[in-house]
Amino acid sequence: MRLLINKIILGLSTLSAIIGLSFLGWILITLFIKGLSSFHFSLFLNDLIDGGLRNLIMGQFILAGIAGIVGIPLGMVAGIYIREYGRGKYAQLIRNLSDIMMSAPSIVIGAFVYAIVVIPTGGTSGFAGAISLAIMMLPIVINTTDNMLSLVPKELREAGIALGASKYKVIIDIVIRAAKVGIMTGILLAFARIIGETAPLLFTSETSNYFSLDLTESFPSLTVSIYDLANEPEEASRDLAWAASFILTVLVLFINLTGRFITRNKKR
Amino acid sequence: MEKIFQKLSLASASLVFVILIGIFITLFSASKEAISEFGLGFISNPNWNKEVPVTSADTSKIQEVVSFDMADDKEDIADEDAILDEDEDDEMLFDEDSVSETITEYGGLVPIVGTLLTTIIALAFALPIAMGIAVFLSEIAPKNIAYPIGIAIELLAAIPSIIFGMWGLYYFAPIVADLVGGYQVSLLTAGLVLGVMVLPFMAAITRDSMNTTPDVLKESAYAMGATKFEVIKDIIFPYSKVGIIGSIILALGRALGETMAVAFLIGSIFSLPSKITDPTISIPVAMANNFGEASGLGESSLFYLALILFIISFAVISFAKLYFLRGTK
Repeated sequence: MRLLINKIILGLSTLSAIIGLSFLGWILITLFIKGLSSFHFSLFLNDLIDGGLRNLIMGQFILAGIAGIVGIPLGMVAGIYIREYGRGKYAQLIRNLSDIMMSAPSIVIGAFVYAIVVIPTGGTSGFAGAISLAIMMLPIVINTTDNMLSLVPKELREAGIALGASKYKVIIDIVIRAAKVGIMTGILLAFARIIGETAPLLFTSETSNYFSLDLTESFPSLTVSIYDLANEPEEASRDLAWAASFILTVLVLFINLTGRFITRNKKR
Repeated sequence: MEKIFQKLSLASASLVFVILIGIFITLFSASKEAISEFGLGFISNPNWNKEVPVTSADTSKIQEVVSFDMADDKEDIADEDAILDEDEDDEMLFDEDSVSETITEYGGLVPIVGTLLTTIIALAFALPIAMGIAVFLSEIAPKNIAYPIGIAIELLAAIPSIIFGMWGLYYFAPIVADLVGGYQVSLLTAGLVLGVMVLPFMAAITRDSMNTTPDVLKESAYAMGATKFEVIKDIIFPYSKVGIIGSIILALGRALGETMAVAFLIGSIFSLPSKITDPTISIPVAMANNFGEASGLGESSLFYLALILFIISFAVISFAKLYFLRGTK
């Protein structure tokens, strides 16, 4: 009897694993078939107005890039504070708040930026979009930095201090260097996450059909355009949306795999 | 230099605090108009952008609180969330001696109910499967199978949610609608797609907490002659219970605030669903679809919804964090 129950439960568990994985496989296969059939290299050469995706891909990278330029140093320094300088309750509070912020609904962050940037400046802009993404990125970078610094052995710090180095020297030259690979991986994963975000951009940067480098205007965004295109009735628009999703997914998976590859190489 | 760096790091860390407080204050002040207009009755008002007759003499409406029973199998949910439906008694408003005029009313009941129900459906669907995957990966599958599948699942958790939404609308929803009947865009399909979306995330973190069980404990149980199921049930689950519950709540927090996977499928109609296959709307989707066009009281009401969503998810996530902390101490 016990053995029978054991068999049944293990069978059910395996079955549910198969069901779950087949759902996820289904999505990926659909994405690859639909995406590849609409994929063409001319998509990289034309803007959306001419049926291509060039401006959107550029725009998404620029938005995420600016978010990174703002969010990564701030997040790293904040992470350093929590782990290296902070003592007691305040650092713990910031750590908890940063965790909560990491899971805060992204659309709420969009609404926040809408209220503090879009309304006062009178319209959607690339800056507003980049700020939303930077706010999303900040807690992820803090969390990674905090975790990776905690893995650096205390002896390294003590050795640095014993040599007479000041604390910030020790942190920058020894601790950060030791945790470099881990932090880089974390930053890549954070980047992969924000580059696929749609909700915080919907009413901050919106999107644009034209090539644009002007961050004070509505800015082209790949994800927002996917949402718009997928809701169009024409088959051609939807095919373009699938091609865009395919490119986005390949990009996100590529960044993720790169991050993993770096970590694995380090372990060896 | 040392001092500057220290101050700088303190400032960046405090930025988190400032932003969170800033979000709270901004949402609150942006929704002030709606709050002063509708008060807490907003939460239980099913009308959205609807002209409602009011007496000019007395704008405070006479309301009758009727407990609102969700459709049959959802009774427990209704109890849990104490969803009350305040039905306005329209007849009371047409007093003979008062001049009636209309105001546009906004209420949050429909999106709030939509958000909670899609989340519940998503968790009901994802939870057993995620547990199955986690048990399979940590206990059943041999290492050389579990490792690549584990990575695949972690990668799937990274796929942008908008892709789940598109797949759901064009491939998954038609099949569900054929099987169950009803609309392709509905509470059910939105909930299920949301479930598929949180599945890899939930499976990955559940597996991680299961893997923290020390091998010694498992081995001693096996040595006593326990079957695999008994080890899972009596050793692994009790040991990693706190972590598993924490991860479920985190997945719940993620499902509550998800916009894109739901936006394609929920139908975006401001009406209370009477069946599980009816279209409705959730808070993030209401915001996504209406923010651009809204102004005045409508915009303020959307900010009010955002504030409610923020408070709910803040509460849910802090609860998960506290639970974790209590468990690890």
